[in-house]
Amino acid sequence: MAEIQIKNVAKTFGTYQALHDINLTIADQEFMVLLGASGCGKTTLLRIVAGLETATTGEIWIGGRRVDHLAPKDRGIAMVFQNYAVFPHMTVFENIGFGLRMQKLANDEVKRRVERTATLMHIEQLLNRYSGELSGGQRQRVAVARALAMEPDVILMDEPLSNLDALLRMEMRAELKGVLAESKTTAIYVTHDQVEAMSMADRISVMHQGKIVQAASPIEVYRNPAAEFVAGFIGNPPMNFLSATPAGNGKWTVAGETLDGPNATAPLQFAIRPEDMQLADTGLKATAKVVEPLGAHLLVTCDVNGTMIRAILDSDHKVKPGDVLTLAPQPDRVRWFDPQTTLAVA
Amino acid sequence: MTDAVAIDTGADTRKWGKYLYVSSVVLLCAWVIVPIYFLMINTLSSPETVSSFPKPFFPEFDLGSLKFFAGFAGMLTALKNSVLVAGMTMIMSILIGAPAGYALSRFEFRGKGTFRLLILLTRAFPLPLLALPLAVLFIRTGLDDTAFGLALVHTTLALPFAVLITFSLFSGIPIELEEAAWTLGCNRLTAFTKVVLPLILPGITASAIFAFVISWNEVFAAAVLTIENRTLTAFLLQNLDTSPLHLKFAGGFILVVPALIFIFVVRKYLFAMWGIANR
Repeated sequence: MAEIQIKNVAKTFGTYQALHDINLTIADQEFMVLLGASGCGKTTLLRIVAGLETATTGEIWIGGRRVDHLAPKDRGIAMVFQNYAVFPHMTVFENIGFGLRMQKLANDEVKRRVERTATLMHIEQLLNRYSGELSGGQRQRVAVARALAMEPDVILMDEPLSNLDALLRMEMRAELKGVLAESKTTAIYVTHDQVEAMSMADRISVMHQGKIVQAASPIEVYRNPAAEFVAGFIGNPPMNFLSATPAGNGKWTVAGETLDGPNATAPLQFAIRPEDMQLADTGLKATAKVVEPLGAHLLVTCDVNGTMIRAILDSDHKVKPGDVLTLAPQPDRVRWFDPQTTLAVA
Repeated sequence: MTDAVAIDTGADTRKWGKYLYVSSVVLLCAWVIVPIYFLMINTLSSPETVSSFPKPFFPEFDLGSLKFFAGFAGMLTALKNSVLVAGMTMIMSILIGAPAGYALSRFEFRGKGTFRLLILLTRAFPLPLLALPLAVLFIRTGLDDTAFGLALVHTTLALPFAVLITFSLFSGIPIELEEAAWTLGCNRLTAFTKVVLPLILPGITASAIFAFVISWNEVFAAAVLTIENRTLTAFLLQNLDTSPLHLKFAGGFILVVPALIFIFVVRKYLFAMWGIANR
């Protein structure tokens, strides 16, 4: 059992506040992804959990044990680094066995575990090679195998796939997900790649400016973003925003059209995902500006009352720049945000 | 037609540029190599040939001068002293310099830039300025005329280089390697000995050899601070005007060769210290 609790963790570097009062509980065997743009504090948070960085205030608990005063080696964690950090003066075998040797395990136990994890990561034929003789993808596998061989309670990964090329990244993504599910460890995975986050996570914590904006399942984060930042960050292309003015009785005026919405008196932001709009007889009047055919879909950038929005339409539709489209938002997919707090309005 | 002429002039200029380049290289090499070559010829010639004129251009491979040098009273003791002092300098400058280099590369602390500058400033004071107070201090503390006392002075001379070379070595080792070791069960010390040390050992060796050479070549402090236990440089300086020509040559050769070989071996790391990549 290794539940991770992050309690009121804050971190300042000099006068710069990198993390603001972070509270997060990660369940046993959960795959948690910390997602955010660079500089949002996600790596700092991971390093605080690992013990490579100390929090200015707050506590870290792993498996019911407070660990924030312990050295990294005493926390029951293993870590995979962005640049792999495979020891160049050791063979693959010695790299994977390094942590086990430090635990003073018997030779045959070290051999058994190294061979098992190497087989798991498909690098059993590389055990006698040095890191200089490996490709980036192979080094990545060694780094993961080295962490798994420790049989840790918690595995921490800092952008482990970001140095791989796109094809390899996709392959490793699926493989890593499978291997981690099998190993039954709790995982924290830091990435700035939302596709990686979506496809691997049990739960995503979206971070922005040192705060966790939303922590929820990938679908929840996608469908019901808790804040404008999440809506604009997740999804490619991201959600569209239009300003809406109240017309009374839960009716809202958006670009001249009247739509149903929440009961409120102050202006709100109307938001809709590009794929949740269809061509119809009534709806938002949009002038197509740029049409990008993407095979199955057309990505149409259009002007609605001076605001640019994007729509994803079926590629059967013939749309040219300059055409005036009537886009009907799917009512159950419309979201509303308060421009004052930037938070979602139910 | 005009095109062809233009091309010709271009080729001509390039050719002349090449000549100039090659002759500069030859000149510079000769500047360094010719004296060393003559030193070698005279060392490997018999004492009679050394004193005669004209000089030969090829060595006779006669070991007479070197034999005479080896038999000269006090010479071997001086050689032994030189090795002893240089050895101690080497060990002390690494033991003190490497931790400083590590701290500079791994930790952020107040006054780091100033510290780096101050390290270099230790070389700004001419040794003659320090020699008198040092001699007085050494006599008071009983360190005068000892190999250890001289090694202390040489260590202060070698230390800036030891710090800067090891600083650049440690900076070349990604911190992630150490961090990975920490997460795999190491503390700071074991991570250092198991991961960092094996990786920088060649560089540390180079830095140690450089310290050795600095001590080996140093003559002023050696001449001022020792009387009985002279190092080879100080000994030769003392006997220079009174000794025969072939002894001077042999002594010079014995001094130059180890330094030359060592510097050649560690040149890669010296370039690294000055920030020139050579790998």
